[in-house]
Order: sequence, then C-alpha cells, then structure tokens
Amino acid sequence: MSILVNKSTKVITQGFTGAQGTFHTEQALAYGTHMVGGVTPGKGGSVHLGLPVFDTVAQARAATGADASVIYVPPAGAADAILEAIAAGIGLIVCITEGIPVQDMVRVRAALEQSSSLLIGPNCPGIITPDECKIGIMPGPIHRRGHVGIVSRSGTLTYEAVAQTTAIGQGQSTCVGIGGDPVKGMDFTDVLARMIEDPDTHSIVMIGEIGGTSEIDGAELIRASGTHKPVVGFIAGATAPPGRRMGHAGAVITGGHETAGAKIEALRAAGIHVAPSPAELGTTLARVLG
Amino acid sequence: MNIHEYQAKALLRSYGMPVPEGHAATTADEATAAAKALGAPVTVVKAQIHAGGRGAGHFAGKPEGKGGVRLARAPAEVAQAANAMLGQVLVTKQTGPAGRLVRTLYVESGCDIARELYFSMLVDRVTGRLVIVASPDGGMEIEEVAARTPERIFKEYIDPAKGLCDYQSRELAVRLGLKGREIRAFQNVVRAAYTAFTGLDAAIVEINPLVVTGAGDLLALDAKMSFDENALYRHPEIAKLRDVHEEDPREREAAEYGLAYVGLDGNIGCMVNGAGLAMATMDIIKMEGEEPANFLDVGGGATKERVAAAFRILIGDPKVRGILVNIFGGIMRCDVIAEAIIAASHETGLNVPLVVRLAGTNVDRGKALLAESGLTIIPADDLGDAARKIVAAVRNAGA
Repeated sequence: MSILVNKSTKVITQGFTGAQGTFHTEQALAYGTHMVGGVTPGKGGSVHLGLPVFDTVAQARAATGADASVIYVPPAGAADAILEAIAAGIGLIVCITEGIPVQDMVRVRAALEQSSSLLIGPNCPGIITPDECKIGIMPGPIHRRGHVGIVSRSGTLTYEAVAQTTAIGQGQSTCVGIGGDPVKGMDFTDVLARMIEDPDTHSIVMIGEIGGTSEIDGAELIRASGTHKPVVGFIAGATAPPGRRMGHAGAVITGGHETAGAKIEALRAAGIHVAPSPAELGTTLARVLG
Repeated sequence: MNIHEYQAKALLRSYGMPVPEGHAATTADEATAAAKALGAPVTVVKAQIHAGGRGAGHFAGKPEGKGGVRLARAPAEVAQAANAMLGQVLVTKQTGPAGRLVRTLYVESGCDIARELYFSMLVDRVTGRLVIVASPDGGMEIEEVAARTPERIFKEYIDPAKGLCDYQSRELAVRLGLKGREIRAFQNVVRAAYTAFTGLDAAIVEINPLVVTGAGDLLALDAKMSFDENALYRHPEIAKLRDVHEEDPREREAAEYGLAYVGLDGNIGCMVNGAGLAMATMDIIKMEGEEPANFLDVGGGATKERVAAAFRILIGDPKVRGILVNIFGGIMRCDVIAEAIIAASHETGLNVPLVVRLAGTNVDRGKALLAESGLTIIPADDLGDAARKIVAAVRNAGA
C-alpha cells in the first residue's frame, strides 16, 4: 500500500520527446516505473525510448489506459497541457514545469474543481513510492522502501528529508512534493488526509515554508483527525525578510499568519514535533519513534 | 515586477480608470511646466519610488522635514517642492533606513476629496481565484485596517468561468456606502481594474485611496501595480517599464544568469540549489549564530557559467566573509557542480573561506574532484556540519 501511485500505475509523459521529457522518462524506466507511452503533438505514430508516441493525450489514454501523466512542457504551454490531461480524464496529473503564469493556473484550478482529476504541482519534484513508481525529477537512489510519508513544498528540501529519514534506518511509503507556486493542485491537506488513512504510512514528515496559510490548514487537519501517527514538521524561511520573494513565487510573507514563527506555533499547537533545525528532521523523527 | 505610480496610472487610464490629470517630470523646470499645463488651483507633487508610505516619509538628513507628497498653489511652490525632492533620498516605512533616491516626480491636479475608499485586486491563493478587496477606510494601510477592524474589509471572488460580473461591483458599492451615480462609477472602476489585471497578467492592482469627490465622481488618487514575472514574456511593453534603479544591482546581475538572488545584511554568502533548501540554509546559519548575506538559488540546471556568475556575485559583496555551498543533486550532478566550483574559484580569485556540502547524484566523484583540486575547500558531510564549519571558519578568519 501507498498513496496515489504504486507499481501498477500506468504513466505517460507529456512533452515526451523534448530534452527534459526524454531524460526523466529514461530515469523513470530505469527505476521501474510502469511507463506506457508519451505525447508530443506532431510526432504521433512514432516510437521513442521503445514507447509509442501520440499526438494528443486523449489518443494516448485510449490506447494505453494510462492512469497518470507527467508534464515536462515549457511554461507557455504547460497550463494547456494540464487542461488537456484533465479533459482526457487522466486521474493523476503531475506537472514539473516551473514558471507558469499565475492567471493560467487560475483557469486550471477552476477546471480541476469541475473534474475528478488530481494535480500535483506545478513547479514540483513529483511523487515517488520507493521501489514501485517514480514520477518526476527526484534522484531515485536516495529513497528506501519504508513507512514514513513525506510531503513538502520544496524540491531539494524534500530530498534532504528523504536522506535524513533513510540515514536513521527508516524508509519512505510515499513522498509528495506539492510545489512552490501560489496557485497549484494538491495541497498539504489533500496529501496529509491520504497519509493519515494509508495503513502503510506509520509516521509523517511535513515541510513547509513562509507564505500562504496551507501549512496551518494541514496542521488543523492533523489535529482534527485525532491520528496517533507521529508527525514531524519544519518551516523554512525564518530568516527571510517580509515582502521579498524567495525564489518560489509563493514564498512571500504578506500577512501575520504567513511567517515561519506563526506557522511553527500552529504546528506545535496541533501536536506536531517541529524539528529545531533543517539538519534535525531525521533525528527528531528518530526521537519521536523512540 | 513593480512599476511607478505614474506608469500605473497611465496604464489604468488606457483601460478606462478615472485618474486625475498629471505629468511625469525629472527636473524642476519640467515640473513647473507640467503644473502650468495642468492649470489647476492646487497641484500635487509626488516622489516616484517603488515603495509606499511616501507622504508620511522624510528625506535623508531631514527627519523633521516634509515627506514625498507635497501640495503647491503656485508655480514657484512647485519648483520649490521639486528642488527639495529630486536627487534626494526618501526614507519611508517600506524603504528601510537606506531609503531610495528620487529621480522622477509626478505632478498632478489636486482634487476635492469627500471620501477616501480602499480598492485592490489580486489572486487569492486559498481559492485560486481573483479577489476584489475593498474598504470604506481608504488612505490608511490595509494591513492596519485588517488588524483593527477586519469587519470593514469586503471581498468579492471572481469565478474564472463567468469572469467579473458587474452586479458584484454594484453589491460592493452598496456595502461601501456609495449612492446614486457613484454606484455606476464604482462599477466602471472595477471593470477597468479587472480588464487591466487580466489583460496584462498583473499580480496586484491597488488603488489607495480611491476618492469620491465633492461632485460625486470617483478618482484613483494613488495607484500601485505589479506584474507576474512568469508572464512578462507575453507583455514586452510591460517588461520595458522596469526601472533598474529601483532594483538591487546584485539581484539584477543574478537575474541575467537565471539565478534567484535576494541580498540580505549578513556576512555568510550562500549558494544553494532549490528555493526551500536555500531558505533552510539561511535559517541554519542564523541558528549557528551568524547571519546570511543572501538568498541564492542556482536552480535545477546550473551550468559552469551560472555557478561562476553566482560566485562573482557572492565575492563581489564586500560584506561576505565566507561562502557556504549547499547542493543536493537531483537532476544536477555533483561532479558537474564540483568542476564549476573549482573553475569559478580560480577565475574569481576566491579569498574567503569556502565550505562545500554535496549530496545526491554522483556525490563521490564530486567530493573527489574537490579534494584533488588543490584549493582550500572545507568539505562538509551534511547540512548541520556545513553550517558549523562555515561559522567557525568565518570567526577564525576574523579573529
């Protein structure tokens, strides 16, 4: 068991024959992800990396029965690629692309709400269930099959959490990078609710940052669920000055609830064990697990 | 990307927003000529900097003097105000103590103010929709209103499928206490802001105050606009409005190389891949008792050129007493980063302690390259180790 993806998840790549799509599809195949094809408009009917290429997502889904799609389309066309995947009825859409205009994502969010598709990202590393399915750009070898669920807004800080949980002898059930954009698909609450229900996830690490209030909503969900699974948290950006965008378009402090301090307080109030430093995610979890 | 008030007003006017007549000026003569052309009984002279709180601010060296927004009743007063502001540094609540140099003024017709309202439009991240924010308490900072009287802030969300509906604007107008023809006038203000916002990929449109005149007209007395950097590629005319004088030169150089950089006040320069890890690296430096000199995300596909540019920016900052490189390689391979660090160290004549922490893809080859390079690079095994080592190195070098 795991959340959202497992070894039977059939995956297609949008932006398949481009440099990014090619490289990361090769990596996914090498990891053992069940890749079934890809989409590049105009190249339908050809074969790439031993997989069929389609002109449209609808054709790809009809021919392969794909459950999931990963998007490596450049920013100008990425929102349309998500909308195409929603229209084709793809259940799980993972968008890696960084730099999509916010108002494009406003349209995507509205379309998502009218559909049964789930979106991870954009501007995220993707999702991995170790030894079963890797969808995205995370380095496979740092992961180890286990029972810690990891959810994070940051890419490389997710890797940090993975490496630290692996270092203390634990492994991961599923790791989800939800991405750093202000308007996106799944948020902390969506992922945390699934991890709380998942029998294979025994503990959770959630990593947030300044800006927005979704970590506070996530903490409230954990508190209200009454779960006994230990949760370790960290909020990046305690030293960030207000009003300045820290790389992620979403990481700007604009109100009192969006500071690292306010979020840490909310996490603690929900019974989450907040790591004192980003170097102590693993050791904090080890201490909590006893 | 932010623009000046005079630019925002010109843009909004072209979309139908009612704004007072005005002209930009960069000399006292131009300001006087602008005032004469306006021919209004009262002229307002406003300093153009990318920061709020101008009226309540003061000029450097004159903490008791007047601020960056002044009224003038005669051409001589306009010249006097212009001379007092141009070429001077304006310090406001938002600029920080360093202030901003005033290079441009906006000379505008004064108006007869009956009421001051607040109006803005932005993308709400919780609902993922455009939201209109309005309050009858204009002219003060909206954060202050939100803290003291949140019930006096009204919001209206725009459904992307339907777009802005005029009835939403009229309902808001009624809640703001507008009457008679003011209601239609407010509807026009919202429509203009919405058309500009969606047409130009704005990040925020803020009119504070939006005034009701004695005659019952609405006028945007101040205007602030900023734009989504990710969408500038489809608005070249907006990208041209960028004022490089208002931006940190280090941030400008970094942007040219595709680096996300924010200058801070500490003495430990950081180079990290990934925004979250970069913030976490800044945090841990502070926990170890020192302050970061910057936020710097080299991004996922850093090349030798980008790493070299990042090094030049870090070393070019006179405050930097040591550098911490923290790379968790995913797509980015540690051996490529190591080669780039070695090349950049030679090229830039690195003269401060350098701690490098590498993890992830090809980490062993990366570490071997650094060890064989002959450079005095201090290797670190993990994030905590790296932070302790750079803090110790900076303190030793300073002792």
